[in-house]
Amino acid sequence: MSLVGTSVPRQEDRPFVTGRGRYLDDIATPGGLHAAFYRSPYAHAGIGAIDLSDALALPGVVAIYTAKDMAQLLPGGDRLSTGLPSSSIAFPLDRPILPADETVFVGEPLVLVVAHSRAEAEDAVEAIDMDLDPLDVAPDLASAVAYDAVPAHRDRPHNRLAQFDFDYGDHAAAFADAAHVVLGRFEIDRGGAHSLEGRGVLAAPDLIDGRLSVWSSTQTPHALKKHLCRLLDMAEDAVSVTAPDLGGGFGPKLVTYPEEIAIAAAARALGRPVRWVEDRREHFLSACQERAQLWDTEMALDADGRILGLRGTLLHDHGAWTARGLNVPYASGMMLPLMYEVPSYHLDITVAVTNRVPVTPVRGAGQPQATYVMERLLDAAARATGLTRDEIRRRNLVGPERMPCPRPLLLRSGLPVVLDSGDYPATQQSALDACDWAGFDARRAAARADGKRLGIGLANYVEGTGRGPYETVTVRVARDGRIKVNTGAAAMGQGVGTVLSQIVASHLGSDPARVDLTLGDTAEPYGFGGFNSRQTVVAGASAEAAAQVVRKKVLTVAAHLLGLPEDSLEIDGDRVTVAGSNSGRSLTLAEIAGAAEGLPGYQLPGIDSPGLMATERVVIDGMAFANGCLVAEVEVDAETGLVRVLRLELAHDCGQMVNPVMVDGQIMGGLAHGLGNALCEKMVFDSENQPLTGTFADYLMVTSAEMPPVGVSHSETPSPLNALGLKGVGESGVIPTAAAIASAVEDALSDLGVTISTAPLTPAALRAAIVAAKEART
Amino acid sequence: MTDKTAITLTVNGSDHHIACAPRKTLADALREDCGLTGTHLGCEHGVCGACTITVNDAPVRSCLMFAVQAEGGDIRTVEGLAKGDDLSPLQQFFIDEHALQCGYCTPGFLMLIEGTLRQTPDISEDELDEILSSNLCRCTGYRNILRAARRALDHARTTTPEPAA
Ligand code: FES
Ligand code: FES
Repeated sequence: MSLVGTSVPRQEDRPFVTGRGRYLDDIATPGGLHAAFYRSPYAHAGIGAIDLSDALALPGVVAIYTAKDMAQLLPGGDRLSTGLPSSSIAFPLDRPILPADETVFVGEPLVLVVAHSRAEAEDAVEAIDMDLDPLDVAPDLASAVAYDAVPAHRDRPHNRLAQFDFDYGDHAAAFADAAHVVLGRFEIDRGGAHSLEGRGVLAAPDLIDGRLSVWSSTQTPHALKKHLCRLLDMAEDAVSVTAPDLGGGFGPKLVTYPEEIAIAAAARALGRPVRWVEDRREHFLSACQERAQLWDTEMALDADGRILGLRGTLLHDHGAWTARGLNVPYASGMMLPLMYEVPSYHLDITVAVTNRVPVTPVRGAGQPQATYVMERLLDAAARATGLTRDEIRRRNLVGPERMPCPRPLLLRSGLPVVLDSGDYPATQQSALDACDWAGFDARRAAARADGKRLGIGLANYVEGTGRGPYETVTVRVARDGRIKVNTGAAAMGQGVGTVLSQIVASHLGSDPARVDLTLGDTAEPYGFGGFNSRQTVVAGASAEAAAQVVRKKVLTVAAHLLGLPEDSLEIDGDRVTVAGSNSGRSLTLAEIAGAAEGLPGYQLPGIDSPGLMATERVVIDGMAFANGCLVAEVEVDAETGLVRVLRLELAHDCGQMVNPVMVDGQIMGGLAHGLGNALCEKMVFDSENQPLTGTFADYLMVTSAEMPPVGVSHSETPSPLNALGLKGVGESGVIPTAAAIASAVEDALSDLGVTISTAPLTPAALRAAIVAAKEART
Repeated sequence: MTDKTAITLTVNGSDHHIACAPRKTLADALREDCGLTGTHLGCEHGVCGACTITVNDAPVRSCLMFAVQAEGGDIRTVEGLAKGDDLSPLQQFFIDEHALQCGYCTPGFLMLIEGTLRQTPDISEDELDEILSSNLCRCTGYRNILRAARRALDHARTTTPEPAA
């Protein structure tokens, strides 16, 4: 019986509600040491003399490593090369483990202190005397790429790390022929991921066999292992990396960080376990961030409101180092025209190096910004053409009859982008119906009579999910009859273990509780981990394939042993029985596993290779595109600029759902994050690029008080790209939220002529927009 | 500042005789000296609530309290909620309502609700919602947490609380 599509309870929950989760800092290492980093207080400075004498004299201090000391411990090199390749990159910016001459962002780790306790390590950090010679910085994103801009790195010629474009169709003609042209300049700010558990790493050398065991709160244990082996010059089988329970990931934990390498190197040098656990201040200063982009765009339309062309520029904040590559701005550029019929497109992208924390994906990864820009332009287009906001979208959405629909765009692999499936107009209609879009004018008028200002808005989006090429899954029936699943897929709190056990159990007795999982398994040489809403799709596909192979073997062996045809047998719980018969003839999976191992001198029981085991790496190159439409209803106080979200209605299609309750959970979490991006989450920097938001008291996250009632409706258009028809969902909620809320706020203030072009829309930002609109009118 | 003081912490009904520096927070003492790692730290500056425990039935942010201040108090942590293998109703409501994903914020929410309902079993739904807005969760979007809390409130209204073991 297939369990795919049923909300089986999560395997993960029981330990978590009883305090028995095992997160990184819960792993005990008696006698282990603790680390703290001296972090750069300047956004840009030359590094001079370092005096460690006071720090070394403090109680509890075991060792202090400067860049020079660290280099000695890293025979394979002292820089992390974590960027994805791209021919557009003008110069390499691989992160140093600890920089020697120059620091390029506030919070960059410069010196590592190891002590008996974290408190003692922090005391020593404060006693380090370091000569830092502050250097100039470009104060904001736009000025970083000006021709006379100060380079963020002294030895680099400028800050234009990469310039590339998306280009198809005859956009010049499109704009020349247009009946309407609308344009906008959009600014999206930086925010963080803020998993509630920060990063952290623990390394423990084994003094007997020389192996190094590393635990890290990472989404990609395989990547960390690769970098450790290379930089420490250790053999693959001498290093193990385990990701324990993760207190959330949301993107930044997908790249390998200097801290992870430095801690491993120190543990190895000291011959003792060393741990470093990121505190919230460090997360604000040094965990990767995202979102800052500046767009200048215009859209050409014909008299009927059909899009003729889209063009413009995108300036993307890359931060100080290349920690992942160009994937975020690439995703933004690819996403902008993706779900609408846009016959011509030209976007020039400039990727700017800035003296700020490096940028890598945060839940959404470039897609929320592109959705924001496209949907804002469509609202402007609705005004220009006199169409309603829903109608202009209806006229331009890619229709279901076009699926699968190749787009004139390329994935970063160079393969063409193909929208695989979905009915976008129907999804939009579901969302509109769910919130009674047609009846809104009456609600607005009634509220107005009460002195309240309401608005409604919508945003369509697609989410690229299931990034390939593959994830490894091994399924095995162990001697005790339990089902063992090992995979490179990594748990980061979203319940991927439950999903995989559902898929595997569907073929092997239908009891997910009989499945034991090892996630993020680096004993398996090939694997990736969690990012890009990929694991349910790619690991799910491999789990499905591997479970089918094992099922076949189980039945073959059982048929051989029972002397019955295979197709008369079925697997039920822990045994194989004769279908539809109460003959009582059955074998346990344990018995079958024992027989399948073989006996010395005897033939295998009906199978060519021993054991009930299969490893699969189903290769999926195309991306499965989930889609959705979010409608937001808001109340706006025009005097204070305060926005209250009254209601959200999301219509959503992520293909076949494996576990609907968990899908809804992913969506709700994404929406909450999206609300933060829409209204309050903002990393503020001063003109020296000093972060001014370093605590949860000044960087505001959404709490339960800001969460409005949310309705979610699903349709399930299966993806043709994998056997189960799955699409990912992890980033869905976050992508349309800022766009839908901006649309609603603009609607609420339409009589004042206010246009919304920034996210987050803080009260101050909204007041500024209201004042600007007023000045423009007078 | 780093000289250690001998103190006794009474956690979930058991005494822990520990030696810790006066500057050590209650959260760190519970985790490091009592071996109770169910209490989590999300910010260490009193905003996120992940470290919430109860002291004499009142919800307390254990990152804001020194261990030495808690001596003599009745300290309760998430580890004390279940009785052996039997989950408390509140824990079960969290599972049933899918009120957790990564589980990192969960002990703090559980103890916040536990302490609140112990102190004010007749609290109104709105007041309970208001109190829940003091803790952060990045995964769930809160609605399911509120639902689980409401069920705990209904349960508290219809049953007489057992004294803590
Ligand atoms: S860790 Fe105590 S409130 Fe955040
Ligand atoms: S469940 Fe992850 S922070 Fe709440």
